[in-house]
Amino acid sequence: MYRILKKEILAPKIKLIEVHAPEICSHAHPGQFIVLRMHEKGERIPLTIADSDPVAGLLTMVFQEVGKSTTELGTLNEGDVIQDIVGPLGTPRDIRKLDCVICVAGGVGVAPIYPEAKAYHKIGTKVISLIGAQTKDMLIFKDRMEQVSDEVYYSTDDGSFGHKGFVTEVLDDLLREGLCPDEVVVIGPLLMMREASRVTAKYGVKTIVSLNAIMVDGTGMCGSCRVTVDGETKFSCVEGPAFDGHKVNFDELIARQRRFLAEEKLAMEHYLAGAGGCKCHQK
Amino acid sequence: MPKQAPDKRIKNFSEVTLGYTPELAVAEASRCIGCPKKPCVSGCPVGVDIPEFIALIAEGDFLGAAKKIKEKNSLPAMCGRVCPQESQCEAVCTLGKKGNPVAIGALERFAADFERLHADPLAEAQSSDLSMGKVAVVGSGPAGLTCAAELTKLGYKVVLFESLHATGGVLRYGIPEFRLPKDIVDEEVEYVKRQGVEIRLNVLVGTTVTLDELFAQGFDAIFLGTGAGLPYFLGVPGENLNGVYSANEFLTRTNLMKAYQFPEYDTPVSVGKRVVVVGGGNVAMDSARCALRLGAEKVAVVYRRSRTEMPARLEEVENAEEEGIEFMFLSNPVRILEDDKGWVKGMECIRMELGDADDSGRRRPVPVPGSEFILDVDTVISAVGTNPNPLLIRTVSGLALGRRGNVIADDETGMTNIPGVFAGGDIVTGSATVIAAMGAGKLAAHGIDEYVRTKNGRGM
Repeated sequence: MYRILKKEILAPKIKLIEVHAPEICSHAHPGQFIVLRMHEKGERIPLTIADSDPVAGLLTMVFQEVGKSTTELGTLNEGDVIQDIVGPLGTPRDIRKLDCVICVAGGVGVAPIYPEAKAYHKIGTKVISLIGAQTKDMLIFKDRMEQVSDEVYYSTDDGSFGHKGFVTEVLDDLLREGLCPDEVVVIGPLLMMREASRVTAKYGVKTIVSLNAIMVDGTGMCGSCRVTVDGETKFSCVEGPAFDGHKVNFDELIARQRRFLAEEKLAMEHYLAGAGGCKCHQK
Repeated sequence: MPKQAPDKRIKNFSEVTLGYTPELAVAEASRCIGCPKKPCVSGCPVGVDIPEFIALIAEGDFLGAAKKIKEKNSLPAMCGRVCPQESQCEAVCTLGKKGNPVAIGALERFAADFERLHADPLAEAQSSDLSMGKVAVVGSGPAGLTCAAELTKLGYKVVLFESLHATGGVLRYGIPEFRLPKDIVDEEVEYVKRQGVEIRLNVLVGTTVTLDELFAQGFDAIFLGTGAGLPYFLGVPGENLNGVYSANEFLTRTNLMKAYQFPEYDTPVSVGKRVVVVGGGNVAMDSARCALRLGAEKVAVVYRRSRTEMPARLEEVENAEEEGIEFMFLSNPVRILEDDKGWVKGMECIRMELGDADDSGRRRPVPVPGSEFILDVDTVISAVGTNPNPLLIRTVSGLALGRRGNVIADDETGMTNIPGVFAGGDIVTGSATVIAAMGAGKLAAHGIDEYVRTKNGRGM
């Protein structure tokens, strides 16, 4: 059982929770994730570790409410408990001193990119962060990212903050102007990671993406999270979640992410109709 | 043994076989002639005193029979259900030479079930002195549970680590409720706990805590029973289309996550109208029968060899046939066909014929040129085996591995090339049976006992 010690609403539908999980924190590396299960009937939800403090044993997770399970997770408050958390899972990112990296994050992807930016920054790599969101209200982890970045560029779809348009346009501009990073790290929606990989391929810049494939156990058993990388089947939970963005078959993964859309809709309706959902009739 | 009628049982996940009544059990037990050679005992991987427990059933001492079994087998209610008795104890039963062998598995199950319902758990003899040493057992599947229970009998304090949120390993995520009710798994795990085993869920040994850290925490030895891992796929075009599952994913969703109770349980599984399962083992049978119960209209099993070579238990094949599952032998997938939205719309197969025997002694299937045909299916479940689970073993430097990534363990002791680290079950052998894993867990427990005694200078 993991009690929620802290909860923050970072943006509409984007929430941060913190639990005491000392064993996980003392072994976690940037790029790794955990799987949590809220309660006996819950799904196993993979969440990238947004931060971990090995001294205090505090594990930070950030999630966006998109389906039934994340919506329900969002209703938990400080003092409530999560039944199961296992981790750290996945292959840690190989982070070594480079001259310059660009961290490109979209939406809730800022949270999982933060530990990577932080790790690069700590060993003296120049970190340039590009952060995109739909609107200014949806920008998260602004202060944290500024602390671990040498330069930060913002973009919003509606132009309410920074560049108006997609974050991948900012990336394209910087590369066109002659910036030569050793590596570009991209975390965000699949369409954005696909586009960012397409952009960097033009300039021949090494690109690492972090895939959010659908998982069940997350421990190398079920094969649900398989993706095609360089023509070979790979398992996100074991060999990933980070892969070479130029080699990932994004179109296949985008299709695979739609496998349970009908069931997800049904689960949401069932949830909203049940005790956990809308309380408007109780007033 | 009485069973649920096929037309009823395909609509539920309740247990198919209903078990003996006391009268039927006594009658069946009385058939045992108590032959002096006891071939059945040597046919049992854990050496249960079969004639003795059967004699106790015949006398009506059902609790005594259960106790007798538990001297050698800590998980009898499970073994009675899922062991392939027909190729082990029952295969060598003297009565079987002229007629039907004694139904040893069904009797084992009867005794275990009777005990579960009638015995006072607190009256069990508990191993109070656990001072021989401290052992970490990794994985709570059949190998780990058996190893832990056996070590407790030998006087060791055992901590059993499980990476999932529930115990049992394949008994929980793989074998369906209708073949092995999860209450039985719970009960047998409770028994192991009552023997003094401490269980820690949600710990992925290797990453949540490393082997070196476990040794530093004072564990004298570590047993790795981490089981099967990443599924093999078919290696044909289209295997990543929507509607293609590995059997592991399909069964884990259905059994561990209880997707058959979706949306009351949150994890979904979608099964189409026409399902094909590729493979001929028990996992293929389980997948096919789950698909039927989840509402598929038609379920077929495609297997590349003939019925004779099928590794699945005969009983399960018969159950599947009774339930209306179609078998297509000597057929192999060539590619999976895609509709315009990225979902499966069919599977192309090719006919096979059997050539010469291969390494496994089974005749090798060879494709018949020009014999391709198309199956009209919307769901494909691939049940063609698994690799050993890589997550723990990749964190252990210097651990000797075999060609397929399996851990190499000594046949006599279960010890790996790293002193104090033992292994057994699917992680060593690749996909095998529950009872084989239990046998390996038990063997390793004795290997560990010997190792720790020697290390601590206690002698045997």
